[in-house]
Amino acid sequence: MAHVTALHLKYKYPGSDTLALHDISFSVERGECIGIIGENGSGKSSLCQALAGLIPGFYKGAYGGKVLLDGQEAAHMDADTLCRKVGLVFQNPFNQVTGAKLTAYEEVAFGLENIGVPREEMHARVREAMELLHIYEYREHYPFDLSGGQMQRMAIAGVFAMRPEIIVLDEPVSQLDPQGRKEVFEAIRTLSGHGITIFLAEHNMEQIAAFCDRVALLHEGRLICMDTPARLFSRDDLETYGVEAPVFTKLARVLQVRGQDGLFPVTLEETKRLFMEKRQTGAGVLEWLE
Amino acid sequence: MARIEIEDLYFSYRPEEEILKGVRLTLDQRPTAIIGQNGAGKTTFVKLLKGLLRPTGGRILLDGQDIAGLSAAKLASRIGMVFQNPNDQIFKNTVMAEVSFGPRQIGMPEDKMRICCQKALEAARLTGLEEKNPYDMGLSARKMVAIASILAMDTDTVIFDEPTIAQDHVGKERIRQIIRGLAGEGKSVIAILHDMDFVADVFERVIVFMEGRILMDGSVREVFADRDMLERAYLEQPNVTRLCHELGYRGVYLKVEELLHET
Ligand SMILES: Nc1ncnc2c1ncn2[C@@H]1O[C@H](COP(=O)(O)OP(=O)(O)OP(=O)(O)O)[C@@H](O)[C@H]1O
Ligand SMILES: Nc1ncnc2c1ncn2[C@@H]1O[C@H](COP(=O)(O)OP(=O)(O)OP(=O)(O)O)[C@@H](O)[C@H]1O
Ligand SMILES: [Mg+2]
Ligand SMILES: [Mg+2]
Repeated sequence: MAHVTALHLKYKYPGSDTLALHDISFSVERGECIGIIGENGSGKSSLCQALAGLIPGFYKGAYGGKVLLDGQEAAHMDADTLCRKVGLVFQNPFNQVTGAKLTAYEEVAFGLENIGVPREEMHARVREAMELLHIYEYREHYPFDLSGGQMQRMAIAGVFAMRPEIIVLDEPVSQLDPQGRKEVFEAIRTLSGHGITIFLAEHNMEQIAAFCDRVALLHEGRLICMDTPARLFSRDDLETYGVEAPVFTKLARVLQVRGQDGLFPVTLEETKRLFMEKRQTGAGVLEWLE
Repeated sequence: MARIEIEDLYFSYRPEEEILKGVRLTLDQRPTAIIGQNGAGKTTFVKLLKGLLRPTGGRILLDGQDIAGLSAAKLASRIGMVFQNPNDQIFKNTVMAEVSFGPRQIGMPEDKMRICCQKALEAARLTGLEEKNPYDMGLSARKMVAIASILAMDTDTVIFDEPTIAQDHVGKERIRQIIRGLAGEGKSVIAILHDMDFVADVFERVIVFMEGRILMDGSVREVFADRDMLERAYLEQPNVTRLCHELGYRGVYLKVEELLHET
């Protein structure tokens, strides 16, 4: 059985006259890492919220269709079950801070406290998550005094510490330094290797290509396609949907360097390999750079 | 054009933890990016420039005058700053009220204000959305409102704290044009960024912060050529630069166009 299924999902914000989500259906297996891309306003955050049950649980408005988590309908789950099952990292970390806690540590522990995890275990899990995100040394700091990147790290730590089966991340690294971005994506890959299902909305296509098994492309609330990064980024109609391929793919396209499957490379490693091969077979590409 | 000199700047939020540890530099006409690890002190630094915090040591001179001696209104009419988080900046309930707040506050004449607001809304592609409530807008649009509000004040120095957060590629292109436009008008632009591709594309000078100090200050090419320094600062080369390095090319290529230009 698929781990997460969306069936004819529809949603309209109160007072809005257009659908933010328009008849979206897909299914995802346990442990898959799914990228969500699309131009501003295409519905990425709305989809993230629907997957985490905040739509229709928290945000009102017109809702149709359903989200199934392990075959159970998200909209019918009680809050406690839902938040053990799925965790959401908000697009703006500021919105994730409860405002009720005086230290970063308590903030990260908040979810665990709510579901009544025993003290010892809670401490171990909070510490582990905070260390992974390099913010354990700021544990005594007031949450709103953290730098932007530190606050975003705290938001991610809070969700990781809950150890949900499904993790939805809405542009989780937008304020992280390059090293921090890499570390978070590597952590995500490890989690998905352990059977955690990941959804990741992101504008950085190089990272989407390097870390996701499949990518969902949204446009005006509709799901245009859900495919492997190589197939999706080799499409030649991406511009219609307001997205760009990774810079490596754009370069390979100009130089018409393709892999054996006829698709363009999407990651640095693959691009390097193909360029090196071309060079060896004397195909004449990029020799000028020697 | 403004001349900003920073002399031996020190700052701490609380006595036991020094955040800025002696920052010395002079800002010039070149569009300047500030990059560095989370918590390095970048936001703190620009808040000091904007006079929102007081140095615990050292001075900031604006055209030779210590900003500590300038009134808040005077400083606000010279230096504009877009906050990292628009939620910290936006507090009016229509886009128009937000964008016209700053110009009004610094006493801009009514007719100039109308022109500046219109120009700012246009640059941020918000024309037609004047009556919308910023809180019904997504993060990317709200960030654009924050940018327009500062542009409307027509200051000769503009500081952007992570302007590209949440923007798609069209949004980033818009911000690139805004920055180029300001530089073209002879204004000083300083921006904090974590997106190295964007830095390579748009800026001329790059200042690297590390643990409250300046680790390197140079041209964009010099900074992105120095792999060891970048690694020490938890940074990375732009994607194209990394690819070219991996392929064993000698030159430092900052963007695809540069690379293709040579074919
Ligand atoms: N709170 C809200 N109230 C009304 N409309 C909203 C609200 N939030 C988003 N919308 C609208 O719903 C649509 C989908 O927005 P959503 O935030 O899901 O897009 P997104 O792809 O996440 O965009 P971004 O890249 O800017 O984060 C857009 O038209 C947006 O303007
Ligand atoms: N109001 C405050 N009170 C106490 N400490 C603070 C406050 N604001 C920031 N700090 C601390 O000062 C240090 C520098 O913060 P700053 O916001 O300047 O970093 P930054 O370089 O902008 O980081 P980021 O890339 O994450 O935005 C951080 O360790 C932060 O926790
Ligand atoms: Mg969004
Ligand atoms: Mg900052």
